[in-house]
Amino acid sequence: MDSALRERVGQVLLPGDEFCCDTDGIISLSETVRPEKVLCGPGLRRSGDRLLVCKSGVLRHKEPNVFWIDSQQWRYVPVKGETVIGVVAAKSGDVFKVDFGGSEQASLTYLSFEGATKRNRPNVQVGDLVFAQFIVANKDMEPELTCMDSSGRANGMGVFGGGGLLFRVSLGLVRRLLSPGSELRSDLEKLLPCELVVGMNGRVWTRAADVQKTLVLANLLQSCDTMSCSQRRQLFSRVRQGAL
Amino acid sequence: MKETPLSNCERDFLLKAIEEKKRLDGRQTYDYRKIKIKFGTDYGCCFVDLGLTRVMAQVSGELVAPKESRPNEGIMFFNIELSPMAAPTFEQGRQSELSVKLNRQLERCLRNSKCIDTESLCVVSGEKVWQIRVDVHMLNHDGNLMDAASIAAITALCHFRRPDVSIQGDEVTVYSPEERDPIPLSIYHMPISVSFSFFQQGTYLLVDPCEREERVMDGLLMIAMNKHREICSIQSSGGIMLLKEQVMRCSKIASVKVSEITELVVKALENDKKARKAGEKCGFAESLPQERITALKVGKTPVEVMDVTEQANDIVQKAEVSPQTVPSPLVPVPGVGQVGQGQQTTWGLEEEEEEEEEVDQEEEEESDDSTEQDKKVTKMEEEDSRGDVVEISDSEEEEVVILHPETADKALKNTGSSLHQKGAAPSKQKRKK
Repeated sequence: MDSALRERVGQVLLPGDEFCCDTDGIISLSETVRPEKVLCGPGLRRSGDRLLVCKSGVLRHKEPNVFWIDSQQWRYVPVKGETVIGVVAAKSGDVFKVDFGGSEQASLTYLSFEGATKRNRPNVQVGDLVFAQFIVANKDMEPELTCMDSSGRANGMGVFGGGGLLFRVSLGLVRRLLSPGSELRSDLEKLLPCELVVGMNGRVWTRAADVQKTLVLANLLQSCDTMSCSQRRQLFSRVRQGAL
Repeated sequence: MKETPLSNCERDFLLKAIEEKKRLDGRQTYDYRKIKIKFGTDYGCCFVDLGLTRVMAQVSGELVAPKESRPNEGIMFFNIELSPMAAPTFEQGRQSELSVKLNRQLERCLRNSKCIDTESLCVVSGEKVWQIRVDVHMLNHDGNLMDAASIAAITALCHFRRPDVSIQGDEVTVYSPEERDPIPLSIYHMPISVSFSFFQQGTYLLVDPCEREERVMDGLLMIAMNKHREICSIQSSGGIMLLKEQVMRCSKIASVKVSEITELVVKALENDKKARKAGEKCGFAESLPQERITALKVGKTPVEVMDVTEQANDIVQKAEVSPQTVPSPLVPVPGVGQVGQGQQTTWGLEEEEEEEEEVDQEEEEESDDSTEQDKKVTKMEEEDSRGDVVEISDSEEEEVVILHPETADKALKNTGSSLHQKGAAPSKQKRKK
């Protein structure tokens, strides 16, 4: 099955496509049988000894044996460990209700900020932006967020956001921005100096030297969502020429 | 569904941008978004796109008994539907405040202005008149529903054809479209509404607000006019105080805009008429070109990049407090990535090594692969539990309760079930300070 999957890497797969374990009828007796383990990522599901595709998209592969479907989506489903940008919607007692764009609001206690104690409460108001990660995120329970990692450090998380602009992009663009060695990010660095906070729920916050540049950046990111690499490079070079 | 709260930073940014005369999509203060008008296969069906706001209007007619107070006039009925398709905050069937407001405005704009000759809709005085019904459906809400609805309604009314009727003595014959060509309604003038949004207590004005601008505005002024510069309806909401000069200025702007939009509507109607005459297939199915992916396709956004002329050095010098923009995560030690600058940690340092390992692991894996991460986190947490008693913090709490997850069954591949197991029976361990 590993070989069957490797063949289809980079191709578009649709829900309903499946991969069976036993494709060859012949089992070699002389060669040692290596148990092949395939790690399924998002979009792939195991059912018995078959691997089913449940989202439409392109099959991707990462060594040694990780496969997943790269699909395009705008609606975010919370996943544990992912960092997102949320808006504080309400404050009820000790708990903040944070809207992250999902089906319900997540809860964030005031103690899950770095250096917070019962007497030293963090300064969080309704309407503030928080960068937090999920500690509980499954379909049966209310999602919970935290602004510190397991050792208690903030690690970049917490309240932020004066003077910048928040806008929505697709989840695919967010993943492209966050992937290591992202071309999009390096092109952007060369174009405009800016601050960028990227939440995996499709929300991006940006701040540049002034309002005009921030707007240019927001519009650029929203439009290069649907562009191929070369189109994006052309667009960036046009903007650079218009600027200088 | 509950409405997404507007964050303070967005509100502040939008107001600041408006003070500098900059709009989110690069438009000027008095610019309308791109208007597209398409017709359906039936007479009286019209789609209007105002930027991303989409509206559909359908006109239909039937013979009914007239109102007793007006026995020789036809009846006009307007209805605006807000469905969850337009925005998740709209509820189906519920008469929300916005829905009532839009309905009233459309009625005043079209009915009270007497743009349709209702007496021509009379068939038999006192017994049979035409009831013309205009249904407007909101398909997508990106601000300024009123303008889009008014353009759609009046265009659909101009496009509509009612069946021909002949009276011979006491007999009334209604001809089907095959027998005799249906005839258009007699429309005197085309009232079109123009919306103005006000910010900072009336200091700043924007025409055709988009959805985010609508959320931060102080008040809205709606002027319905026709191309003969006659005001059909004017309404101010939001409780802002407007000066006489402001209202006069708005009406002048409105007259310019209305004449442009009326030209567009007339041209669209003519094109449709020509297409139908030539026998071409026309209508909704034909107006969508085939074999082209239109989902995820965004039109060209005109962005103004002319003023972005400063060199990088200038920017750095002029900036007041420019934070250290680190383009990529700092790597202080191989295997550790640092994003942002946290405060000096007061936590125990014995756990640093394990924490570094964890950070390393999490950075290596792609964020897509949640299953893998899940297993690694489980492993790390197990190692933690085997450590000695560590001073956690100088908090004044007496005892610190730490919950440890059970060892998850690693053979299971589904994320769902392993998470469920973890939540099921956590073991507690008490540690004294």
